[in-house]
Amino acid sequence: MNTIYHIMELLLPFDYIRYDFMKNAFLAVLIIAPLFGLLGTIIVNNRMAFFSDALGHSALTGMAAGILLGVADTGISMLIFGILFALLLNKIKHSGIVTSDTVISVFSSFSTAIGLVILSRGGNFSKYSALLVGDILSITPPELFRLLFIFIITLVFWGVAFNKLHAISLSVSLAKSKRMPVALIDNLFVVLVAVVVMLSIKWVGILIINALLILPAASARNLSANIREYHLFSILFSIFSGILGLVLSYYLDMAAGPMIVVIAALLFFTTLAVRPFVKQ
Amino acid sequence: MNKEKESIKRKYRILQPPCGLHCIKMNDIGVRVGKEIIIEHVNLHIHCGKLTVLIGRNGAGKSTLIKAVLGEVPHSGTIEFRDMRDRSMQDLKVGYVPQTLNIEKNTPTSVYDMFASYISNIPVCFWKSRKLAERIKDSLSLFEAQELLDKQVCDLSGGELQRVLLSIACDPVPNLLLLDEPVSGIDQNGMELFYRNINMLKKNYDLAMILVSHDLDYVSRYADNVILIDRTVLAQGSPEQVFASKEFKQIFG
Repeated sequence: MNTIYHIMELLLPFDYIRYDFMKNAFLAVLIIAPLFGLLGTIIVNNRMAFFSDALGHSALTGMAAGILLGVADTGISMLIFGILFALLLNKIKHSGIVTSDTVISVFSSFSTAIGLVILSRGGNFSKYSALLVGDILSITPPELFRLLFIFIITLVFWGVAFNKLHAISLSVSLAKSKRMPVALIDNLFVVLVAVVVMLSIKWVGILIINALLILPAASARNLSANIREYHLFSILFSIFSGILGLVLSYYLDMAAGPMIVVIAALLFFTTLAVRPFVKQ
Repeated sequence: MNKEKESIKRKYRILQPPCGLHCIKMNDIGVRVGKEIIIEHVNLHIHCGKLTVLIGRNGAGKSTLIKAVLGEVPHSGTIEFRDMRDRSMQDLKVGYVPQTLNIEKNTPTSVYDMFASYISNIPVCFWKSRKLAERIKDSLSLFEAQELLDKQVCDLSGGELQRVLLSIACDPVPNLLLLDEPVSGIDQNGMELFYRNINMLKKNYDLAMILVSHDLDYVSRYADNVILIDRTVLAQGSPEQVFASKEFKQIFG
């Protein structure tokens, strides 16, 4: 870790980098940004923006459940609850009984409310309000390694299963005729999204996590003609807004997460405006 | 053009005229959703090298039957695939050409990306394999679609998309090809080309085809076997036989 810190001090031209917490935050952005950029491509393709939003909100319930059950590390209860929630939503979506945005909305508000009810018991909610906006400056090296680990898993999953994931997102019937394990791949993907969301929600925050998942991919769509450009732009936009947002938040003394979202959103509008010139 | 096709066919050894000895038997197929019966007691017998066309009014269960064969909706009854030479049961490979794709404008997927995703594991998000692109181009050229390789899928016309979907369904060559005839976004020329391609497949490949059709004019020109469906099979036989049946007159007037 010290070598990495040393290299960063040599490479980065900002004076704030002498603080260790800033170095950690910087490294966190370098992991979270490409990770979100990558996942966002399929989330946007599959029109799952609402789904990932609900998943973020379910973190509150996961934390509340952990506290009720007396779990020492609420991170674990959040993780387990997130995975179950994602699988349940997926199952209901595929049963086709109700339109999926309605189902998701119902589950999202229900789980948020349960979480808030339990966490606010005794007027203590302010203790947990950090979860809403996140605090990337408080991340520690062991947590960085956890994020790095899930990033590597995601890359492996992308390498092994991306084609199937993409094929299913284009047409389930066609994927079935090619004998792809549609349900398995679909479930693995939502579990992966759930794990990533739950591991990063403390640093990014419930209110803005979805923006970071969706915006880079949505901007990339405006400029790309194929899947490779889509991934490249999405990851680049994500890293760009992550780093610029972090640096600006330090100089302007504002919260880092929301600043990153503001930049990502501005990027989106820019790509929307230049789209007619890029794509004829 | 023809020379090129021949070389491709030789290269991949996919030119194998129908032997007429493979048959697909569907026994008592039924599909119900909740308590509602969508189709019931459907018995069909289909041979390779033949084009079987499903006709019927809207909501008669034509698409449901296709979905049942694909395994997309659960069904009762059995589907058998037999080689008549030794009566052995074989694994049925099914190809499917959907009517259209529900793809949003502005989706960053090229024809290469879509094709490669269905037939290969080389991740299309990281790199474009030249070898794979060659193979895809060859497959596309059988249906006169090779120039579409780098086009965005959402920008294709109805006819172009149909040809791309046909080549995906035929790579590798299936035993049974299920086709949903395009209804919109396709002009007269596109329709002619679609049926010409189907005829080409019928003559040159060892496969059976089931087509859901809405255009009786083309049916009478190209079908070997017509099946009139309304929840169950009402009439089947040659186009002339079916068109002359009283069930046909009741439904199509």
